[in-house]
Amino acid sequence: MFSAFLSVLRKELLLAFRQKTDVVTVLFFFLIVSSLFPLAVGPELSTLKIIGPGVIWVGALLCSLLALHRVFESDFSDGSLEHLVLSGEPLSILVIAKIAAHWLVTGLPVVIVAPLIGLQFGLPSTSLILLVGTLLLGTPVLSLIGSIGAALTLGVRGGAALTSILILPFYVPVLIFGAGAVVADLQGLSIDGHISVLLASLCISVALAPLAIASAIKIALE
Amino acid sequence: MNFWQYSSPQYFYPLAKKMAIIFFVLACILTVWGLYIGFFVAPTDFQQGESYRIIFIHVPAAWMSMIIYLVMSFWAAIGLIMNTRLSSMLAQALAPTGALMTFIALWTGAFWGRPTWGAWWVWDARLTSELILLFLYIGYMALRASIEDPRRADRASAILALVGVVNVPIIYFSVKWWNTLHQGASVSFTKSPSMATSMLTGMLVMALAFWMYSIAVSLVRVRRIIRDREANAGWLNESRGAS
Repeated sequence: MFSAFLSVLRKELLLAFRQKTDVVTVLFFFLIVSSLFPLAVGPELSTLKIIGPGVIWVGALLCSLLALHRVFESDFSDGSLEHLVLSGEPLSILVIAKIAAHWLVTGLPVVIVAPLIGLQFGLPSTSLILLVGTLLLGTPVLSLIGSIGAALTLGVRGGAALTSILILPFYVPVLIFGAGAVVADLQGLSIDGHISVLLASLCISVALAPLAIASAIKIALE
Repeated sequence: MNFWQYSSPQYFYPLAKKMAIIFFVLACILTVWGLYIGFFVAPTDFQQGESYRIIFIHVPAAWMSMIIYLVMSFWAAIGLIMNTRLSSMLAQALAPTGALMTFIALWTGAFWGRPTWGAWWVWDARLTSELILLFLYIGYMALRASIEDPRRADRASAILALVGVVNVPIIYFSVKWWNTLHQGASVSFTKSPSMATSMLTGMLVMALAFWMYSIAVSLVRVRRIIRDREANAGWLNESRGAS
């Protein structure tokens, strides 16, 4: 079971490594979207500091959404997803491997670049560290929840736009507590609650999302 | 008589027609009664004047929007677990009514908010979570509409509805917490605890009327769905002459 997990993870990472444009596109999308906000709102650092954490979080969220359709779509169209289902290994474990790989190539780069954008928004260094921390906890949740939508819309017309409609409402709690932690810290409030809720969402989604994804994939392949 | 036979679309189809008529009649009577209480019996509110009277529509619609989501998810789950076609059809039939109720609740809320709060929209916890509920309904219907095979649409949308049920309380409490943290719109729904009895009666009668309407209209819609999906079944053409 664990070796199956590792081999799927290795395969996905290898594929991503050979096809670097996918990763780079997502990263630049994040940079560009976040840079648009100062242009739209105005260059006053006092305003930017207030909206900064929210903008960076929404940017990370859109990036996660942008990359979602790649999690299962190509495997679905070339038939290798069917082989994974038939392999006899528990599908939810294989699904976790795929999502972990997806997060490593699209979520993690965003987390690493986020402080750079935070600097542009004039955030102090404590906020930057906190931003990285909350993104580290929150973006895996986004990948897990988002993959439910990706699995439900496999082979459906209008897949990518439909996935956004299905999934964005479920991103609300993560967004509130992720961005909220940074804002609360800027205001000198306690952030223990935010971090606890983010951790709890991570635990719940790691436990439940793979089950929902596995049954969604089986429905799509029938 | 075997009660379970009504889980078959063939037996449910004529029953749904009879029930729909009964529930429509009840809905009409209760609406007239409720609106009469609302407009003529209930006194003018001391603080809000006449504008409070929108609650006779607003509160029942808001209740129904939440209850219908639960009922819809219940039938979707039954359809997923027991593989019963009619349950999934019921879930499908309930979704548009639920979305309509959510929309009415938001719309009438805006009408009430304008004279009372001086704003069409505030980012209050309840308003925000009601808006997200509307998005959930839209997502459910969009997913269902984009999958051609009805059985696959049943199961995929059932999973989405179940994910929604798990998430609705989380979304509600996170929005509530978000609102108290921001302190921006510190408008509270909590009115003076004492409500005139006639106001409460009017609201409860209207809530019952909304129940009856929702049941009736869902039954009509489920009949249409049955006609649509079972178009090739022999019994439908036979019964068309009878009922």
